[in-house]
Amino acid sequence: MLAVILFLASGLLPNGYGSDTSVALAQATNIIRLSVFLGIIAAGQTLVIISGNEGIDLSVGAVVTLTAILSYVIANGNDSRVLPALAVAVLVGAAIGLLNGAGVIFLRISPLVMTLGMSGVITGLILVAQHGNVVGAVAPIMTRIIARPLVFGIPGAIIIWLIFGILMWLLLERTQFGKNLFAIGVNRVTARLSGIDVTRMSVATYALAGALAGLGGFLVVGNTGVVFINMGNSFLFPSIAAVAVGGTLLSGGKGSYWGSMAGALVLTLLTSLLTTMQMPDSVRRMILGGTLLVLISIYGRQRGFRQ
Amino acid sequence: MNKFRWSTFSARRPYLFTLLLLVVCMAVNFVFQPGLFERNTLNSNMRVFLPSILLAAGQAVVVLAGGIDISVGAILSIVNTILVTKLGARASTGRTAELLAFVLVIGMLAGAINGFFIAYLRLQPIITTYATSFLFGGIALAILPYPGGAIPAALATFYRGTTPLGLPLAFLVIFLMLAAWALTQRTRYGRYLYAVGGQPDAAYATAVPVNGVQFSTYVVSGFMAALAGIAITMLTSSGSAGIGDALTLTSISAVVIGGTALRGGVGGVAGPILGAVILGFVRNIISFANVSLWWQTFVNAAIIVVALAAPGIIDLFRRVVYENIKDIPAARRRSAGGHSVPGQRPAA
Repeated sequence: MLAVILFLASGLLPNGYGSDTSVALAQATNIIRLSVFLGIIAAGQTLVIISGNEGIDLSVGAVVTLTAILSYVIANGNDSRVLPALAVAVLVGAAIGLLNGAGVIFLRISPLVMTLGMSGVITGLILVAQHGNVVGAVAPIMTRIIARPLVFGIPGAIIIWLIFGILMWLLLERTQFGKNLFAIGVNRVTARLSGIDVTRMSVATYALAGALAGLGGFLVVGNTGVVFINMGNSFLFPSIAAVAVGGTLLSGGKGSYWGSMAGALVLTLLTSLLTTMQMPDSVRRMILGGTLLVLISIYGRQRGFRQ
Repeated sequence: MNKFRWSTFSARRPYLFTLLLLVVCMAVNFVFQPGLFERNTLNSNMRVFLPSILLAAGQAVVVLAGGIDISVGAILSIVNTILVTKLGARASTGRTAELLAFVLVIGMLAGAINGFFIAYLRLQPIITTYATSFLFGGIALAILPYPGGAIPAALATFYRGTTPLGLPLAFLVIFLMLAAWALTQRTRYGRYLYAVGGQPDAAYATAVPVNGVQFSTYVVSGFMAALAGIAITMLTSSGSAGIGDALTLTSISAVVIGGTALRGGVGGVAGPILGAVILGFVRNIISFANVSLWWQTFVNAAIIVVALAAPGIIDLFRRVVYENIKDIPAARRRSAGGHSVPGQRPAA
């Protein structure tokens, strides 16, 4: 994929101010580690978008914030409570996804609006429940696994992501669920006529996407070690952009998770490059927008009418 | 069959539910704010609503033709920042008129950029306008890095004090928009809009200039965003590069509450205008009902979700009742279920 080449090419840029290869390598590792979080959050987005029918999940930002806060509060600096925290994060994410799916399928609310509304409700609930001050802490084991080097100097987050990527590939390409997902993404009527339970598939997809966003929230807080009310929002649109840059059609039915992984890498790389170059915020935004336009011009073209 | 069908009825009058919602909102608002229908209160309310009304109308045209424009807030911000930096407190009338015309052209130009990428390069609308919203937001921030600036006092007074026939200025603007829309609907272009939004492939096959129509909707949306930018500048008399950020989502919610389907081809401009007014009233109610600050976000979002879900709940209820009637032949029941799958586009 061209995205990978682009990544490698621009990965040479940090070398400009440090001829030391080990510094460059550390830089690259760090950027990959940072893209893990966007990558995992984009996984749910990939599933929902592939499922078609205008499928999109705008609640991921709020879900990430909520599950990060929940993990933070439940773990409370205690290693033994990490697993319950993870379980709660994933389950709460799945429950929200289930509600999204139910609204979209049974009440026929447009996915964009349903998930956007859900996002507002979640943010509102966080404000009501926490009143702005959260008591808790990240368990040391979370930071150790996610943020620090685990084996051969490779941070645990990257290893988690690799395993995760393989699982996602298996899910999409080697299971009945994956086949059905692409089928309902291409055409819901033919999918139903060929015996797929479209309703159950769609709701399950939203629930799975919510669960993955929950996992993302757990990982994000393990990395940052702090929580704040807008922490998930910075992942919302980049997660869609990562999917689009990765060549998955936003209209559904076609795409892969490898593409989204590459998309997450490119986007994270781009933002960190722009940050290290110390440009004013205005220029940074313009370059980000312009690059995004160029990237989707290369990958995100829909077919013309004449074809 | 002449039997009354809720789904047919509501599909033919998509703004009916919106109207009902508006009446409820106004009634609730009236309880909390008894002076609601006094001239000054109405005037000041409508003044605040006008920017979102303009944005919603522009967004509606884009959505109708099957697109979406996430960059409207950023276009509005550009217009706002240009006006407050280039105008200053002491601009002459001639200079003001010049600049107002200039920002309208800027808005259309920004819309044309969106339209070019979406209609001619065939990019996906949501992600394209997301990218351009960064582009435009960056430009706004470059024009005015810190909130501030000023406009001539006469301009603010004009916005506050103009009451044609003793009614708020916004009523005149809404009337003009509806009149323009009614005329558009009667033209070939108006029918093209619905065709392109409903079935782009079929529209293309019947010689509708699909790309041109899509392109034009973004120009219209940019123009309306510029108008909204002018309105919000006159309202606040100051500038900020982030002034439009929250308004994008409001405009999309207004379109949906107004009964215009996001998949395109259904609805109109009147509903979204009502939708914007409803959202304004909801915010009013929340601030007048003394809702605790912590609850405001939640209450606002919950009301919107319930408003959006209500037609679906009614529809679901009718469907369940309908499915349970025993004496309808199974075949017909199934066909009723069949049409319930939302509009399909042919497989690629």
